[in-house]
Amino acid sequence: MTVTNPAESRLCETFVVASRDFASAGAASSKIKRILQQIGADPDTIRRIAVSSYEAEMNLVIHTDNGGQMILDVGPDFVVIVVEDHGPGIADIELAMQPGFSTASDEVREMGFGAGMGLPNMQACADEMEIKSKSGAGTTVRMIFFNR
Amino acid sequence: MGFFHSVHLIEDKCKGCVNCIKRCPTEAIRVRDGKADILEIRCIDCGECVRICPNKAKGVLADNLDAIRDYRYVIALPAPAIYSQFREGTSPEKAISALFMLGFDDVFDVAYAADLVAAKTRKIIQNSKIRPLISSACPAVVRLIQVRFPNLLDHIAQVETPMEIAGRLVKQEAARKTGLREDEIGAFFLSPCPGKVSAVKEPTALEKGSVDGAIPISVIYPRLHEIISRMDIPDRKPMRQGSGPGIGWGRAGGENLSIGADKHLAVDGIHNVSDILEDIERGKLVGISYIEAQACVGGCVGGVLTVENPFITRRRQRMLASETDRQEMDSEQITQMRADLANDRLYCFNWPIYPRPTLKLDDDMSVAIKKLAELEKIVEDLPGLDCGSCGAPNCRALAEDVVRGLASDMDCVFKLRERVQLLAEELLQAAAAVPPSMGAGRKSAEQNATSTDKEGTKL
Repeated sequence: MTVTNPAESRLCETFVVASRDFASAGAASSKIKRILQQIGADPDTIRRIAVSSYEAEMNLVIHTDNGGQMILDVGPDFVVIVVEDHGPGIADIELAMQPGFSTASDEVREMGFGAGMGLPNMQACADEMEIKSKSGAGTTVRMIFFNR
Repeated sequence: MGFFHSVHLIEDKCKGCVNCIKRCPTEAIRVRDGKADILEIRCIDCGECVRICPNKAKGVLADNLDAIRDYRYVIALPAPAIYSQFREGTSPEKAISALFMLGFDDVFDVAYAADLVAAKTRKIIQNSKIRPLISSACPAVVRLIQVRFPNLLDHIAQVETPMEIAGRLVKQEAARKTGLREDEIGAFFLSPCPGKVSAVKEPTALEKGSVDGAIPISVIYPRLHEIISRMDIPDRKPMRQGSGPGIGWGRAGGENLSIGADKHLAVDGIHNVSDILEDIERGKLVGISYIEAQACVGGCVGGVLTVENPFITRRRQRMLASETDRQEMDSEQITQMRADLANDRLYCFNWPIYPRPTLKLDDDMSVAIKKLAELEKIVEDLPGLDCGSCGAPNCRALAEDVVRGLASDMDCVFKLRERVQLLAEELLQAAAAVPPSMGAGRKSAEQNATSTDKEGTKL
């Protein structure tokens, strides 16, 4: 869905990501990348967003109970991506941010995911990142990228 | 800036069907006025449209054998893939001998230059921090990166292609040997694909390439085949001879085998290459140091300018590579190779590989964002069948064309039908309305309209 305010150049789009749907995993982040290419964002910003939006999308696929959504908000100087889900939530955010820490199942790891680098990679790519989570309730990750 | 393209439309054969627009990896083709129109800036000369066109309406502009008459001394540069085109048991030396008989003054085995590139690439992998590095050997893949993955240009291994290096070596050496000027010497690449033909005519990272012309393997094949099958010809050696692994470059996987890189990956087929490049951008290819990427399924033996079934030639190429491997290099050849490897100028680009971004909707980012918002609205409104009837490969591409001012949403047959339906309804209403001067008031006109409806349902 697209919402725009014609007064300012701003584009807002929502992408729904299904849980456990490995076959179409990556589709949302591909679309986000294409949007950034179409508006002519600079290559480094595109690269950082491509990596972090893919990691965020995979987190929704691997870890959530019912999937979630990614909300993209683009202006000429910045890009905001908000990733929301409704569970299961992260028990210890600090621990989750440690490189290599993962709660992914063996099955997921066998598929080559769940290396525990998702959140650290997102943190490294974003200019600002904020995580809010409540165990049993859900998680919201907000990432800000400045178009340099 | 215009781009030279070997791939072109043969207008009178084109029926305006949608096969090519759907197949193109860069969405470079539209059907306009009933004919395919190739967008120059997007076309990467991969040849997929040549392969798919049921009407043979896509041709490849290249040199024919007459072109060699323009030079006093001509050298053939056979792509390794040529050796597997002939019937089982034909040695590379036979094919080389046949090239001499066809009128070439000398032959330089491009497989030898592939050996040099393999050695250089090993060093580049060792010294570079960039992971994964991507092979620069397939010109269609390099152009795909320029057009669709400009973020990955840094990943391309900074070494010229075996073809270009062969041309550089051959020109110097033939000039020395014959005393002729370099412009009197013609170096002709025998090409398996339109991608290489375009690389000869308009190199990516060079002002001028060393190779003078490109003759399709499919053009030279009938003449070579005739010589090889009808005459008992002696084996002849080329001025430089490639090793078995060098010949192996003609098939998918052969390049990696020849480089012997650790943690490498080989991908063939332009759409598969796109997928892998997408994964690199996502940061997914952790632990891979080098990627051999070829536009054609099966590698160069699968090029659209080859003649034999690529699955057969892929096997033959492997066999030829392993047979040639048994012949060891003599000391003279080893000295030669060392000297060629030490000559750093043989391998370098003249300038960086520039991006060719084609996706940007507007130079002004604020305008681009507005156009994009408009685009998303149009996409929501289109049927999403990606039928191609509008001349664009999918609904999204049509929406892009609309916001760029190149198409109208009425190009969509479903949109058009909706509009016609609406107009027809209005027309019907207008026809049913009888003007008051003809004795009918507003009420009776409404009655008229309903009675026509009823009659309509009865029918």
